[in-house]
Amino acid sequence: MTNQTDHLSKAGTGFKGLSLPAPLRATVNVATSVALTFLGLLLVTFIIGRVVPIDPVLAIVGDHAQEHVMERVREELGLNRPLYEQFGIYVWNVLRGDLGVSVLTSNPVLEDIKRVFPATLELASVATLFGVLFGVPMGVLAGVYQGRWPDQVIRVVGLLGYSIPVFWIGLMGLLLFYAKLDWVPGPGRLDVFYDGLVDPVTGVLLIDSAMAGEWEIFWNAASHVVLPAAILGYFSLAYISRMTRSFMLEQLSQEYITTARVKGVSEWRVIWVHALGNVWVPLVTVIALSYANLLEGSVLTEIVFAWPGLGYYLTQSLLKADMNAVLGATMVVGAVFIGINILSDVLYKLLDPRAR
Amino acid sequence: MTSQSEHLSGGWRAWLLSSSPASRGQARLGRFYIAWLSFRSNYLAMLGLGIVLGLIVVAIFAPLIAPYDPNAQILVDRLQFFSWAHPFGTDDLGRDIFSRIIYGSRLTLYIVILVAIIAAPIGLLVGTSAGYFGGWVDAVLMRITDIFLAFPKLVLALALVAALGPGIENAIIAIAITSWPPYARIARAETLTIRNSDFISAVRLQGAGRARIIWSHIVPLCTSSLIVRVTLDMAGIILIAAGLGFLGLGAQPPLPEWGAMISAGRKVLLNQWWVATVPGIAIFIVSLGFNLLGDGLRDVLDPKSGGQG
Repeated sequence: MTNQTDHLSKAGTGFKGLSLPAPLRATVNVATSVALTFLGLLLVTFIIGRVVPIDPVLAIVGDHAQEHVMERVREELGLNRPLYEQFGIYVWNVLRGDLGVSVLTSNPVLEDIKRVFPATLELASVATLFGVLFGVPMGVLAGVYQGRWPDQVIRVVGLLGYSIPVFWIGLMGLLLFYAKLDWVPGPGRLDVFYDGLVDPVTGVLLIDSAMAGEWEIFWNAASHVVLPAAILGYFSLAYISRMTRSFMLEQLSQEYITTARVKGVSEWRVIWVHALGNVWVPLVTVIALSYANLLEGSVLTEIVFAWPGLGYYLTQSLLKADMNAVLGATMVVGAVFIGINILSDVLYKLLDPRAR
Repeated sequence: MTSQSEHLSGGWRAWLLSSSPASRGQARLGRFYIAWLSFRSNYLAMLGLGIVLGLIVVAIFAPLIAPYDPNAQILVDRLQFFSWAHPFGTDDLGRDIFSRIIYGSRLTLYIVILVAIIAAPIGLLVGTSAGYFGGWVDAVLMRITDIFLAFPKLVLALALVAALGPGIENAIIAIAITSWPPYARIARAETLTIRNSDFISAVRLQGAGRARIIWSHIVPLCTSSLIVRVTLDMAGIILIAAGLGFLGLGAQPPLPEWGAMISAGRKVLLNQWWVATVPGIAIFIVSLGFNLLGDGLRDVLDPKSGGQG
């Protein structure tokens, strides 16, 4: 996990010869590194796109097209050029925001992604909120009561999080809380009769409905997001509580804690103010990383809960062999992943004076 | 235990724990024995070992344990609840779920073993070469590794399966391609710490070639941390494979893959909940087993990272 945070800042060794001021050099290094990683990402999606056994020409013109029609389409798609040229065109198109057209929806892939991404963002954000609200206090408790029963219980909670298939627990959640107990509404983001009543300003229903003052819709959307977000959040809870625990253990063994205790500061204050105050700094990185990991977990959760987000879009396109959409979505997820990694690096440097 | 066997085992114990081993073999066995003693005292790790061994035994003896052919469809008996005849009920095609779970263990084992066999050596090769040669070799190899780390595993695996086509072999290839980068990082880190040690210089002065140094002197020292990491990853591999199966991109019907079984059970979830529930529990138990085993191995083989966090 921690590997992912530092790998971006470490690379970019090619600029030692230039005598730039240190902060600028660091920025240039990070920028080169990010650019190279992103180029690599595009290379991977490009290669995957070329390996695909489905002939993109056939997908457009159909099986019964005449030879000259196929030839023309092949030329239009640039498939008759050398591979490196094709890759260049691909990179150029992506930089212009052209990810091709989805065969399934006949929209530009970028438009589709813009439409579905807020749903994933909403789900992942609420899930992370859940993971932080419960995971941090649990990790603190586990650290304070190291080796005793709260620690054991929290350890088991974490182990379950690493061992349960997310799509299965999603189904079980639906079975129990929707079908049997009827505590939450079924799959989807809203009840059908509320659908399309608020203007999609941000696309995040909770924000849109609150801005429009439509509280009925807000509560409906909230009731829909609770179960999938709690299930997804459980996995980030497992990770966040585990990391909080080890950060807490590290802090609690420091001398300033002893000093505070000797001075007569209450134990509550020592733990929740002094120690936790210093834990937040590395924790920000962990939370950012768990947010990135939720993008992955959300793919399967979205399927189970028919949540019309990026993961749902990705798998639906996949099953229909809509490669432009698949590669576009993959690339966007990869790019967001890189972005969050950089962000957590930057945040860490801002928050921890020692890292500057 | 009789007193004789106790005496005998006591003799073995003394021989294994001897502080002045007479041969290299004795020293090596003794080290294993000490590791085992420490491993054995960790009851959660032993539980994990038990689960993994259980999985292997079930997979080997599947035809003897399973009461039915996993693909035999008895449509009159479809969607039955638990009974003596069908301990875990039957699915929507009247197949015995218990037998399918038993045979499914073979697929799970097949997937994790193949992924480990493909991914670990790739990671080892890339990591040790990068660490040993340094310079531009290191820069290029690690750049490639970073690119693969920039994708979430499942999403990259999905895209690869989309390109290669669904099926269990392609799922294995896809998961292996997404799994090797962390191994490369670990192997590189280990290599960096040992490449400048005196014994490596000594071997080099004796005229050993690069391949020999890497293969016979560096790789063996990387394996223990790699084994820990691979074991811990197996749970994740099982979960991703099950996820691919659930999406219909992994093992294809009628193979009794657990993820695909959950997907089939999803259609009848509200009325016949057990069809989807039982395979999920199987996945959960097995990946829990690998997690516990991995945690225990880490405590024993890799004391540096100190299991607690």
